[in-house]
Amino acid sequence: MATNDAALDRSRMSFRETLLHGTGKAFHPSSLTTMQKLVLRFVILGLVFYGFAAIEGMIMRIYAIEPVPLIDTKHYFGMLTVHPLVGIFGSTYLIVMGAFLFVVPLLMNKPLWNLRLAHWNLWLIVVGTFTFWLDGFITHYAPLYTLYWPLPADFTQYHPLGGAIFITGIALVMLGTACFITNIFATIVYRPAAATEPVASGGVAIRSALGITGVANLFRSRERRAEHAVSLPVAAIARGTVDMAFNTIIILFTGVLILVFMVADLIGRSLANTSVDALLYKNWFWWGLDLIADGLVLIFVAGTWYLIATMITGKPLFMQNIARAALLVELVVSWTVWSHHLLSDQAQPVMLKIVSGELVTAFELVTQGLAFFITLATLWSARPLKMTNELKFLLGGLLGFGLAVPAGIIQADIGLNRILHNTQWIVGPHVHVAILVGLTMTLYSAIYLLLPTLTNGATLYSQKLANFHFWAHLVGGVGMGAFMGMAGLQGMLRRTIYTGDEFLPYMILAGVCGALLIAAFAAFLFNIVMTVGLRGAIGIFRPSKLDSTLLLPAAPAPAPAARTAH
Amino acid sequence: MGRFAGGTQHKERRDPGPVELSDRGGDGVGDVDSNMVLWGQTVLYTIYALVTIAVVAWFAYRVTHPRPPGPVKTGLFWTFFALLVVGGVSLHLTTAATIPWVEQEINRSDTTPDKTFAIVARDHRFELPAMPLAIDCDDTVLFKVTSEDLTYGFGLFRRDHSMVFQMQVVPGHPNDLLWTFKNNGLYSIRSTEYSGPAGARMGVADAVSVTGCGKAV
Repeated sequence: MATNDAALDRSRMSFRETLLHGTGKAFHPSSLTTMQKLVLRFVILGLVFYGFAAIEGMIMRIYAIEPVPLIDTKHYFGMLTVHPLVGIFGSTYLIVMGAFLFVVPLLMNKPLWNLRLAHWNLWLIVVGTFTFWLDGFITHYAPLYTLYWPLPADFTQYHPLGGAIFITGIALVMLGTACFITNIFATIVYRPAAATEPVASGGVAIRSALGITGVANLFRSRERRAEHAVSLPVAAIARGTVDMAFNTIIILFTGVLILVFMVADLIGRSLANTSVDALLYKNWFWWGLDLIADGLVLIFVAGTWYLIATMITGKPLFMQNIARAALLVELVVSWTVWSHHLLSDQAQPVMLKIVSGELVTAFELVTQGLAFFITLATLWSARPLKMTNELKFLLGGLLGFGLAVPAGIIQADIGLNRILHNTQWIVGPHVHVAILVGLTMTLYSAIYLLLPTLTNGATLYSQKLANFHFWAHLVGGVGMGAFMGMAGLQGMLRRTIYTGDEFLPYMILAGVCGALLIAAFAAFLFNIVMTVGLRGAIGIFRPSKLDSTLLLPAAPAPAPAARTAH
Repeated sequence: MGRFAGGTQHKERRDPGPVELSDRGGDGVGDVDSNMVLWGQTVLYTIYALVTIAVVAWFAYRVTHPRPPGPVKTGLFWTFFALLVVGGVSLHLTTAATIPWVEQEINRSDTTPDKTFAIVARDHRFELPAMPLAIDCDDTVLFKVTSEDLTYGFGLFRRDHSMVFQMQVVPGHPNDLLWTFKNNGLYSIRSTEYSGPAGARMGVADAVSVTGCGKAV
């Protein structure tokens, strides 16, 4: 991104002009293809929902220091319920989906299978997220995202209508997710009628994407081994999408089950909630929910690291066959680790705790550790590198997972879980460091990397703001996780209101770090708005007049990663 | 037998004599208690985190420096792989060998407790068989907690708010935890699982009293 020129242009343009037209008037939304606009809409709306989650998070950080009189207990837990859901589905899902709907066609050199489906994908998730967020705000339906049975159907605490609207919002998100899953797999397998270059058959492509080709190659002689028909990032996206599909089925099924109880109550025929076994429910729910945290997030992130590293360096990925194999192992591991969430459930079979909860979970240290090493080794092979925004945020993302994954492995231990479960340790050094530092900084890296391509060369308004964004986010994210973790080790529980000053010093420090995160986001948002201008931002939401099959205005050329990742 | 009120006592105990209650008493079997484990974890994880931050910072510095590019040796990769495997597995082996309640947890069906407390959770309240639950030093106690409505948690906390232990309390299933108390203390019970806004402050202060140990930590 041409930030030197941007500084020059800024001196020539007034603040008002830049705010309206963007830096150097370099961004022209009319030059964007439908696909570019669609991806930018995913990203913008994802960032809006990130703002929702960040502000809610900050309010709760303040509440942990001094309970706010305006917010009663019900409202607080309503906020605590929607905070992670808005963050995961409204923000992360949208940004990731937007990026992958662009990257898969780009790397496979063919248009997206169905553009209309991608629009449904976007708006179903936006409307669904806003629905459950607003419902949580108004009705205070607050079973938290863990939904331990029979809490979601406890109508002594929640009105069934509020719950039904909330679940409907979640269901809309899942339907939007189903659109994404369909589009990704269909794009991988379909053969465009107007293809000018040879395209792998659907069967060959899907076998390569899911890792079946790689497994079969293990049993073939070197001469008979099949080539990989899809690039490594596409394989990562496909494998993560498998987990996304399973997760969608489980959440939809669970939602329907809860809705049945709500509708029955609304029509005056209350069902006995003992008809659902609470432990069995917990097992299937965690099996499905864990496919996000321990499945698609880790797989998508590894794939994104590989893509960014190869695009930054222009070099092939280090040990790429091992990287492919590790992604497949991670997929299988993600199906078998859910029991680490039930190490404190005494009725859970001990063998499941040891094998699934401890040993298989420990494999995540191996698979994510390999992704960490492979990414660093790829970058190292191309030194000296310029410390660009995408590189520094990529390193921040790597650091985040480097800190958060071992923190998770520590709590997935029978002995340590007895004194860590549901403490602030879980949500601090593990969850928030993984999401805010590991995942979010990886996404910022992708945004900084793809912004020039998606905007046809818009110039970043301020590198100083980008630097502030980086440092404030990194220090804020790591610091907040650390202070939450210290409080957790002193016995502070999550999902609990403390009215005394038991953990006040830690909460004040975590609050300061939370404020840094908010400041970082504000700086980023301002920088982006000044880059594209308000008119440009509005123009992104206007229809494109270019050929809708085009990915980019010029004929799409194979991306660097596509050439090097095979 | 007569001194114990509430719950079931399984064997006679000697009279421990008067001792002081401790605010931060140890607990757990053997000499290792939860405070010691958490202290060890704090030190080790802090060292790990600082080393990881330093490595990434060093990498960020070096990767921008103009030195002749060279491939990373695959031997380094496989060494790192071996370290990951050893690290992942050895954590569990180490804790199984050093944290005393792990073995007790796994073999709890074979252990005869000195006392058993049957506790009921319902309507966001704990119903205790006595107040406080009196425990003698070295007692191995079985806490049998049942829920009659929602999923709760059952945690024991010292007066400085640090955690002794916790477990989940799932309705329709047995939730029993075996624990050996080695030091004097007065402990509070708190639900460690969210059960809706009504359960935000669910707990009983000073619900468990351990006496009879020869020393106060």
